[in-house]
Amino acid sequence: MTEALNELGAHIELKRPDCVLSYAIENDELTVHIAPSSLVAFVEFLKSDATCRFSTLVDITAVDYPTRDARFDVVYHFLSMYQNQRLRVKTAVREADMVPSIIDPYPAANWFEREVFDMYGILFTGHPDLRRILTDYGFRGYPLRKDFPTTGYTEVRYDEAQKRVVYEPVTLVQEYRQFDFMSPWEGAEYILPGDEKQDEAKG
Amino acid sequence: MDGNFNDALTGEQKIRNFNINFGPQHPAAHGVLRLVLELDGEIVERCDPHIGLLHRGTEKLMESRTYLQNLPYFDRLDYVAPMNQEHAWCLAIEKLTGTEVPRRASLIRVLYSEIGRILNHLLNVTTQAMDVGALTPPLWGFEEREKLMVFYERACGARLHAAYFRPGGVHQDLPPALIDDIDTWADEFPAVLDDISELLTENRIFKQRNADIGVVSEQDALDWGFSGVMVRGSGMAWDLRRAQPYECYDEFDFQIPVGKNGDCYDRYLCRMAEMRESLKIIKQACAKLRVEKGDVLARGKLTPPARGEMKTSMEALIHHFKLYTEGFHVPAGEVYAAVEAPKGEFGVYLVADGSNKPYRAKLRAPGFLHLQAMDYLAKGHQLADVAAIIGTMDVVFGEIDR
Repeated sequence: MTEALNELGAHIELKRPDCVLSYAIENDELTVHIAPSSLVAFVEFLKSDATCRFSTLVDITAVDYPTRDARFDVVYHFLSMYQNQRLRVKTAVREADMVPSIIDPYPAANWFEREVFDMYGILFTGHPDLRRILTDYGFRGYPLRKDFPTTGYTEVRYDEAQKRVVYEPVTLVQEYRQFDFMSPWEGAEYILPGDEKQDEAKG
Repeated sequence: MDGNFNDALTGEQKIRNFNINFGPQHPAAHGVLRLVLELDGEIVERCDPHIGLLHRGTEKLMESRTYLQNLPYFDRLDYVAPMNQEHAWCLAIEKLTGTEVPRRASLIRVLYSEIGRILNHLLNVTTQAMDVGALTPPLWGFEEREKLMVFYERACGARLHAAYFRPGGVHQDLPPALIDDIDTWADEFPAVLDDISELLTENRIFKQRNADIGVVSEQDALDWGFSGVMVRGSGMAWDLRRAQPYECYDEFDFQIPVGKNGDCYDRYLCRMAEMRESLKIIKQACAKLRVEKGDVLARGKLTPPARGEMKTSMEALIHHFKLYTEGFHVPAGEVYAAVEAPKGEFGVYLVADGSNKPYRAKLRAPGFLHLQAMDYLAKGHQLADVAAIIGTMDVVFGEIDR
């Protein structure tokens, strides 16, 4: 499996040295890193090349790394039903960057790009209909960004007096519970009842 | 007389296209689908699906929960066949951690995945028949679904939200009586399938409503990223269970039914044939399970220690406590794991950062892509065909809206 992927990776790099920044094989999966500007030409190559024939677009998504300069990774998954291969294409973009839409070679990209726009606010150039898709009508913000709180900002309820659904800022009866399991346990910094007398006795 | 009839039309009588709102509460929409349809007479000119009415932010929620706590979210995606979704999540975690699933657990997973497939196809075939006017099939189909959900209940205690597949195996072992009962049911079920088939397959109305409706060509299926029956109905024998075998599907003997015309009727036939193939797998899995004894969980960091051990060993007790509070850690990396869910390829793209929570988990739902092609498929069809097309697309909003 890994050998075939290695061959495929080398083949893609050989044919498109101007597009491919690097490729890697992890967990029996081939990932190709490319620059956003070469995206459309590259996926068209993937679709038409005889040894690739990535006929199906499986998925488009993004991952947010807020600390990075190029904040988002836009991740494309392709599948070749003819060669029985999978491929992941990754491209890093800044917050203000636009990504070219691949809706022409792959019509299936339509809703995926809308979803990425909806969830991350990444804009796609050349997309005919870049509306929000999953969130509410009139929703603000990009929910899957790491700086968006899981509780959101607004909540809805039916108002009996106004006879309609009203939007209100979120009010929580208790703090949203996020347990920190990552920091090592360092003991609690509090004084046990009675301990303060020890210092008094000394002093 | 003078051949000038223009004066007969006033401004009000000018024909313009008619927009209607289909859903979000419509029995044929299979959930909360809102379609904005532009009609020219009864012909659909444009179809704009509005989804997201059932959006629960599963992917966001998953980022703040441990891997094990995330598992039940998968039951709530495609709630018609819950265990198939869990399977993808378990496979993703197992791939990243390099866990070997014990053989008995693997067989149980196959068995319950196929039960899930029949659950799904029964619901889909029969409710699609209801959409096009037949009332009896759903009643017959649901009786069988009920029996299957009892099997779910006897394995894990829940009829729908199973949380039965766990990273490293399955939660609990199956009692021998349950395997016998599933086996007996698999003998009886073909007769029920024949009954349903007799009602529908050669039914004149059913055929008129489905044949040559929503035709998907091979190229369409590729362009729109279809998977599952939507591909197989168009003549491509693409099944992940065969093409990229996961679990222990490679040792089972089953056929992949394919359609010829790619229309709604062929997809119906495919689903009926697939149920019979699933039965074969169920029979084989039962036979294998009777022979194969052993543990159903890969004992290690991912899974809890045996109950008896916890009573005597301090380490086991600590392990249990840490597993259910902090959860296990998954090594950093990314993985895409896909299963052949009844609706098509259900995939999980998991990005782990080495902590006890996923950094990012993307759920790739097959229905999302199928529904996307709605505008393409419904264009030029009659309004009544929209219901038939939605029916055979097999959309469930739990997984589309996530």
